[in-house]
Amino acid sequence: MYNFTFHRPTTVRQAAGLLARNPEAKLLAGGHSLLPVMKQRLANPPALVDLSLVEGMSGVELKGRSVVIGAMTRHADVANSKVLQEAMPGLAMVPGSIGDPQVRNRGTIGGSIANNDPNADYPAACLGLGATIVTNKRRIAADDFFTGMFSTALEEGEIIVKVMFPIAKKCAYEKFKHPASGFALVGVFVSKRGPDIRVAVTGAGSNGVFRVKSFEEALKKRFAAKSIEGMTIPATGMNTDIHASAEYRAHLVGVLARRALAKAAA
Amino acid sequence: MSATGIGAAVRRKEDFRFITGKGQYTDDVVRPGETRAVFVRSPHAHAKIAKIDASAAKTMPGVVAVLTGADLAGDKIGNLICGWMIHSKDGTPMKMAPHPALASGKVNHVGDAVAVVVAETLGQARDAAEKVKVDYEVLPAVVNPAKAKSGTQIHEIAPKNTIYEWSLGDAKATDAAFANAKHVTKLDIVNNRLAPIAMEPRAALAEYDAGTDQLTLWNTTQNPHVSRLVIAAFVGMAPEHKLRVIAPDVGGGFGSKIFIYPEEVVCLWAARKVRRPVKWTSDRMEAFLTDAHGRDHVTHAELALDANGKILAMRVKTIANLGAYMSTFSSSVPTYLYATLLSGQYDIPQIYCEVDAVYTNTVPVDAYRGAGRPEATFVVERLVEVAARELGLEPPELRKRNFVKSFPHQTPVIMAYDAGDYNASLKKAMEIGDVKGFNKRKRESARNGKLRGIGYSTYIEACGLAPSQAAGSLGAGVGLWESAEVRVNPTGSVEVLTGSHSHGQGHETTFAQLVSQRLGIPIDNVSIVHGDTDKVQFGMGTYGSRSGAVGMSAIVKALDKVEAKAKKVAAFMLEAAEGDIEFKDGKFTVAGTDKSAAFGDVALNAYIAHKFTGAELEPGLKETSFYDPTNFTFPAGCHICEVEIDRETGKTDIVNWTAVDDFGTVINPMIVEGQVHGGIAQGVGQALLEGVVYDANGQLVTGSLMDYTMPRAHDLPSFNLGFTETKAPSNPLGIKGCGEAGAIAAPAAVINAITDALGTEQIAMPATANAVWSALQRATPRAAA
Repeated sequence: MYNFTFHRPTTVRQAAGLLARNPEAKLLAGGHSLLPVMKQRLANPPALVDLSLVEGMSGVELKGRSVVIGAMTRHADVANSKVLQEAMPGLAMVPGSIGDPQVRNRGTIGGSIANNDPNADYPAACLGLGATIVTNKRRIAADDFFTGMFSTALEEGEIIVKVMFPIAKKCAYEKFKHPASGFALVGVFVSKRGPDIRVAVTGAGSNGVFRVKSFEEALKKRFAAKSIEGMTIPATGMNTDIHASAEYRAHLVGVLARRALAKAAA
Repeated sequence: MSATGIGAAVRRKEDFRFITGKGQYTDDVVRPGETRAVFVRSPHAHAKIAKIDASAAKTMPGVVAVLTGADLAGDKIGNLICGWMIHSKDGTPMKMAPHPALASGKVNHVGDAVAVVVAETLGQARDAAEKVKVDYEVLPAVVNPAKAKSGTQIHEIAPKNTIYEWSLGDAKATDAAFANAKHVTKLDIVNNRLAPIAMEPRAALAEYDAGTDQLTLWNTTQNPHVSRLVIAAFVGMAPEHKLRVIAPDVGGGFGSKIFIYPEEVVCLWAARKVRRPVKWTSDRMEAFLTDAHGRDHVTHAELALDANGKILAMRVKTIANLGAYMSTFSSSVPTYLYATLLSGQYDIPQIYCEVDAVYTNTVPVDAYRGAGRPEATFVVERLVEVAARELGLEPPELRKRNFVKSFPHQTPVIMAYDAGDYNASLKKAMEIGDVKGFNKRKRESARNGKLRGIGYSTYIEACGLAPSQAAGSLGAGVGLWESAEVRVNPTGSVEVLTGSHSHGQGHETTFAQLVSQRLGIPIDNVSIVHGDTDKVQFGMGTYGSRSGAVGMSAIVKALDKVEAKAKKVAAFMLEAAEGDIEFKDGKFTVAGTDKSAAFGDVALNAYIAHKFTGAELEPGLKETSFYDPTNFTFPAGCHICEVEIDRETGKTDIVNWTAVDDFGTVINPMIVEGQVHGGIAQGVGQALLEGVVYDANGQLVTGSLMDYTMPRAHDLPSFNLGFTETKAPSNPLGIKGCGEAGAIAAPAAVINAITDALGTEQIAMPATANAVWSALQRATPRAAA
């Protein structure tokens, strides 16, 4: 790790000010992705702006027909939230499946989606529920937020403050864990909220999280595993590595979508 | 059996300090004025070093020195060596290429050390290491062992990158047996390359005392004396008596810490050069790039059988990848630790094995838990299982027809099995594992959409390395005896100085159990001292499951001498004839009388020497023994693995594991069970999860724990363990050894279970979910219940 300046603002405004003055600074929101690459000297930010002391950025609340999760809420706190488990247990499955206890007790939802690791779990939930990402500047629909591998619609100096998840009556997440890292080799989030049906896939696509329109179309008739029986997606554009070929990942998308649908129905 | 004697599940004495964070590992040792070393490592698998420019690095803050291979050669520091000579079939000696501790003119694997930076702090050393400019001329890399012979030549000494072409057994007689066979089973096998991943990474701290010209090395080593010998006599660092090697607490080794590595050599050399202590501690990614890997065989194997399923002969051809350099014992692993075990538990009249060892541009490969024996067991147990399936026999039945049933049994591949009961362990394992109920369980699995399979592995291994004369005749550069000194203090407490070394095995407990029982003293009155060449007499260290069979035998021999001497002392004290003194439960008595003396009183009298003159008896009570075994020991057993496979994802779950092992005498069943558990976990890791992968350019793809899959608790079931016991006749306690059995037995059991479930034999290790799913796409399950 190289030397860097460490800032600990207490308000979002202060944090934004620090970012404006230090254009190469990085936000620290848990750090389980950032700190390892800094330790390996693969990243060299001259300054870190730690958000952990910023007031009002964590917590899970019910607001109207949405669950609102503060950007600095740790995965373990989201997974164990009574509010969330009652309102939308399908979403609670996502943080509960991330990494290991150490990661779940440090990592945050804001950090996860801002990083947009192509194998991360939260992007699937955001896209799979049509969440709204609220920053210090604006609101961004999940459909517009994830723009590719490790890239998002966030502009310079923009800080995620909270994420609003519309409550879907039926939703679930099914994940096939990468055997070494615990990330999603493939993860599928399915939801039905009135006529809005979503199937979002993480881990599989070489360009990050994506929706499976063909499955969504087929599920319009009936939101059940049977509706997509035997369906699969093409292997083109899928990741391939020593743990899973593109064909295998494409196959898993169908399998996990059906299992998620079965869970959502349970 | 006493509560702390042989056979008692005594809690480990060493665990208090380990679980309270009080262990002292190499990195915990801090010396005044200590500096830190960081190595500049090759980013290329194969390249010429055109130029090294250290000028910028030398001016960086805190830098004490920047040293290169040229400096090393200038100081006449010798190369690392491989200490086991293997001759090729044509009689030529193995082609051992020079292995300097810092690369000289050429790098041969990614991670090869090119230079070292010594600085005041670790951060400063890292900063400066980045400023060392190395110009490389990249050469084509040789990665695949099967194609090594046609690749770019790596070392001048080794045309076709071939180290040796070795064979064992009678080729003609084997071919003749094959010609008469009714059935021949053939398999192509890749034994996947593994990274050892001890919890504690390697580390070295070297200090030079200019006043006495003495070097001290704290090092993560499994055999401090061997390390000292090699560094003194072969590397030429210092005379043996001017070098002290200390292995403090060592957190796991699995073989990887047997070897003498470049880093400790460089730390010693640098410490003397800069007149400051120099410390290096590997991080996990550096460990992947530099710790010797294990396995990495490509094999074609054939088994010949007659019409009754009686094995007639076995023919094996293996290419063994030894990596970029020959590590300390690398040559012995795919030869005398491998081909000698190809007879398995079976009476096989003829075996012929050829092994070609090759260089590649990868990390050196050497012994890793089991060392050759897991590779042999995998060949034998896969062949036998597949042969049974092809002949339509139940796999246990084919095994029973071929088991060795009378002892001693001379195999065609050197080993003479001295004791065992292979039917007994198979039978007991089938009972414990409820093999009878398997078909019912298979139907239940099928109802849940799962495929269920059962696989056997009736393994044998050779432990208790080794009769020195036999080892010498096979090429070993050392004897493989073990030493012990038993020091009885005047107060009757006992220190045992052992040449064995504990890096997780629990010697401080098991060795003390032996002494406690034998001398009738409380286990807390016994200390086990190991791991310091200044304290302990020369010893050979711990590997190959040898510490019970060989190390404890040396203690027994020393205890025999202590008892004999103590009887003389007691005779003077009790005014009786020496021949009338009896010793039992810590008490010396005069036969037929009520006269007695406690062990502690006798110890005191041995030291105060008031009851005898110097002419009659030497004072003191301290005895040494060097025990040289008369045979290997042959632990054996039966592991049965049951798997369930998710048809849709290909994910394999191990749902049942039964292991019945014959380790001879068991000193501490709790520790032995722990060894079995850990061994199985590592074997399951090899079968399902682990595998070092290099790309075509020799870059390590699995360079971190985010990519290299270690087994985790959730990958394993609760194990059902059982034991049978035939005593090892060759050593006084009847111990066979238990440290490697699980890792040896497990891979074949898992793959036999998976192939049983899938109905195809075509599955490579690691059998990842993707691999199993792909196999399922190709195959039609033969027994879709």
